[in-house]
Amino acid sequence: MSAPTSRARAWRGVLTTPLGATAAVLLALVLAVAVLGPVLWTQSADAVDTGNILGAPSGEHWAGTDNLGRDIVARVLVAGRLSILLAFAAIGIAIGVGLLLGSAPFLLGNGRAARLVSAGVNVAVAFPGLLLALFFAVVFGVGATGAVLAIGLAGAPTFARLTQTLVAGLAGREYVAAARVAGVGRLRILVRHVLPNLREPLVVNATIGAGSSLLAFAGLSFLGLGVQSPSYDWGRLLYDGVGSLYVNPAAALAPGLAVLVAGLAFNLFGEAVAKGLGVTELTGPRVRRPATKAAPEPDEQRDHSEGRPSADVVLEVRDLKVSFAGRDGQLRPVRGVSFSVHRGEALGVVGESGSGKSLTALAVTRLLGDDATVEAERLRLLGQDLLAEATPAQRRLLGTSLAMVFQDPMSSFNPTRRIGRQLAEVGTEHQGMTRAEAMARAVDRLDAVRVSDAADRVRQYPHEFSGGMRQRAMIGMGLMGSPSLIVADEPTTALDVTVQQQVLDLLSAIRDADDLALVLISHDVTVVGEVCDRVLVMYAGRIVEDLATADLATAAQHPYTRALVAAVPDMATDVSEPLATIPGRPVGPADTPAGCAYADRCPLADVRCRSEEPPLERTAAGGRVACWHPGGEPDVVLAGPDLRRVER
Amino acid sequence: MSELRFEDVSVRYGRHTAVDAVSLTVPPGTVVGLVGESGSGKSTLARATVGLVEPTSGTITLGGAPLPRRGRRPLQMVFQDPYSSLDPRMSIGSSIAEAMPRDETTATRQGRREEVRRLLELVHLGSTSPDARPGKLSGGQRQRVALARALAGRPDVIIADEITSALDVSIQGAVLNLVRELQQELGLSMLFISHNLAVVRYVASRVAVMRAGRIVEEGTTATVLGQPEHPYTRELLDAVPGRNPR
Ligand SMILES: Nc1ncnc2c1ncn2[C@@H]1O[C@H](COP(=O)(O)OP(=O)(O)OP(=O)(O)O)[C@@H](O)[C@H]1O
Ligand code: SF4
Ligand SMILES: [Mg+2]
Repeated sequence: MSAPTSRARAWRGVLTTPLGATAAVLLALVLAVAVLGPVLWTQSADAVDTGNILGAPSGEHWAGTDNLGRDIVARVLVAGRLSILLAFAAIGIAIGVGLLLGSAPFLLGNGRAARLVSAGVNVAVAFPGLLLALFFAVVFGVGATGAVLAIGLAGAPTFARLTQTLVAGLAGREYVAAARVAGVGRLRILVRHVLPNLREPLVVNATIGAGSSLLAFAGLSFLGLGVQSPSYDWGRLLYDGVGSLYVNPAAALAPGLAVLVAGLAFNLFGEAVAKGLGVTELTGPRVRRPATKAAPEPDEQRDHSEGRPSADVVLEVRDLKVSFAGRDGQLRPVRGVSFSVHRGEALGVVGESGSGKSLTALAVTRLLGDDATVEAERLRLLGQDLLAEATPAQRRLLGTSLAMVFQDPMSSFNPTRRIGRQLAEVGTEHQGMTRAEAMARAVDRLDAVRVSDAADRVRQYPHEFSGGMRQRAMIGMGLMGSPSLIVADEPTTALDVTVQQQVLDLLSAIRDADDLALVLISHDVTVVGEVCDRVLVMYAGRIVEDLATADLATAAQHPYTRALVAAVPDMATDVSEPLATIPGRPVGPADTPAGCAYADRCPLADVRCRSEEPPLERTAAGGRVACWHPGGEPDVVLAGPDLRRVER
Repeated sequence: MSELRFEDVSVRYGRHTAVDAVSLTVPPGTVVGLVGESGSGKSTLARATVGLVEPTSGTITLGGAPLPRRGRRPLQMVFQDPYSSLDPRMSIGSSIAEAMPRDETTATRQGRREEVRRLLELVHLGSTSPDARPGKLSGGQRQRVALARALAGRPDVIIADEITSALDVSIQGAVLNLVRELQQELGLSMLFISHNLAVVRYVASRVAVMRAGRIVEEGTTATVLGQPEHPYTRELLDAVPGRNPR
């Protein structure tokens, strides 16, 4: 997805909302009046009629006439251009000065001068805008120029602060750091890397600002500090109209209404754009409400894993599919996954980014958002059907017998609440404990996951924990109940080696102690190999191989599994040879081919591979593999990786 | 090519000492691996080298001369996350061209285009259009663009900070192969920072182990990883996944 097209889409989206469409029409009308007004109505606006001075509204003069007998409506329509031009000029000044002041700290290199500028801006922002405008009006003298400068400069601090905040955010990006390291000057960085990103927020704020400065102008002219006769803008007309308020109120109401409508048009449009552009950022499954479809009644098939008694089965998944409504039809990132996990078993799931590992986990834990459709022939946790409508009992079962651990423990905790509280909540919500009981349990559980000084630590906030500790606290949270299954999605990817080892040891220890089932998702085969008994290898939304971890290095059957194992250097890798690589890229859900999804990257692919998808079948070793040539010619897969093949 | 030398370099953030009196040498034409747990100061040292933070004390010299404080540095850096280190709005060609020093070859538009092509070729992206946006490339391809950009600055030394840890294992290998190849073909010097010992073992000829801001052990890769002296190095080695399979 490239940036420009998605932006264009977002802009189009703005115009199709009711608010956006209304605002756009209104704005177009206002601008049309500004452009055409003076052309069409100047004559009638200037026509003096001494016989009809301060006339009341009539069929000929809808809003009456002024003290020279000129038509008010015509004058309001003509005044539109000047009013809007002045507002634009003011907002232009505000943006220009604001940009300059706002980017100054960045250009000055965040030294003392930079701090001075930003402190000044902060003070100016806190100053009431109209007061500033009055002050400047006195300084620059009474008249349109003074008023434009006054309102422009009064608006500048707001834009300066906006710019400053946005620039500071962008300056922290790595590509800005990279450009600096490359020796690119600060001004150039500002112009090339930083300012383009400010376009949208500036447009939005300028539109809203235009509305406000229109009002401010009307205010100044109304006070007699703005446009002076014989020129006139809406504020000036308002000023004149109020003078004759008791004779002809319409003379004041008409320009007032014009200011209101125009101001509203700008503001609404700005808001609509802000909303439209903001909304596009909210994608991905966040809502924690499952969306499941009823599946056909499961037939009584035997559980196909190692022929264990099915009483031991903790999780049973058969033909699980996850799909999304995409722009060009339905996307199905998970295309029929079947496996089961037994009590005391640790099951690993490996595969490249995008292979559907996380979606499988989220579907099983029912954490997928509403935009996902989950279908399965069977999806059972401890014998309970997870596909049925969620009953309170089922929610309790999910809350207490299943624990999920995510990659980034920081984003899984609420940063504003103490760790202890967040753990205790599980106890009070799902297990009917009192607060005190739950807190005692939280301390006990943190202790169990080897967080030192647990009794004190429960009072700390997530950011006071180190990454490894947070991850342990997350596991501790899962252990608040007495889970039968822990699903851990990349639990150690964000951690460094030593901490990673501790977390992995902890997971293993918990599993051994309580006879839990563990599903460990990782893109690193070595991590999985260390903890798990069995590994599922996923590719393009399917399981392509299911084998014992002991067989990974030596007896893998699928070419993809073998390539994954060979691609990771370990402490015994021959450093004189280039590393094995997997050519090409993984296929996405939008371009899954008809035959074997791996065929394009597989050295063993033949005609059949490209036309017929291999089914997942049992192997002699007790695993499962989906390949037409399982175990074929390992040498070809592992030998002589040619870098050039990678890029295609 | 010249030698990069840290002498007694310290970096303090407030009261916290992130890098504590580090002395280290990156000899010309060698890849020196820097390993250690997160928070041990590896990235801070890297950022000090390229001028993104100021050392509180100590000197960093290149070929005996202190690093220039302004303008183009004879050092380039490649960052961890190839998704955030390239400007999404800029074509990869302009990103690379931006880092080129101004001289006869790069004075003209044509010259710059040719140089971009040559660099893309060098990182095995010859068939990728210089006009492509980073959004269209895979993680491994982006990381290779980032390497090409670093090479465009004709640096004496490249600082590589965890350049493979954000990549899928399937493409990590290709990037590591490229690093080795560039080192062998161009005689590049590199400070290669990683928490993954197996990766460092694969690309570096010397290794320095960092802990709590200090270098606790330094030597040839074979010695440090084969006969570690310091208990912390041994601890790191024991923690390597796959060492103790079930
Ligand atoms: N909400 C969504 N709408 C549409 N497609 C989605 C959505 N969420 C995920 N996908 C797609 O589903 C596929 C599988 O995603 P998933 O997150 O399961 O991958 P993964 O194997 O966990 O990868 P990683 O290793 O990067 O975490 C991807 O192609 C992804 O783009
Ligand atoms: S089915 Fe064919 S293409 Fe697919 S992995 Fe097996 S050999 Fe390769
Ligand atoms: Mg994932």
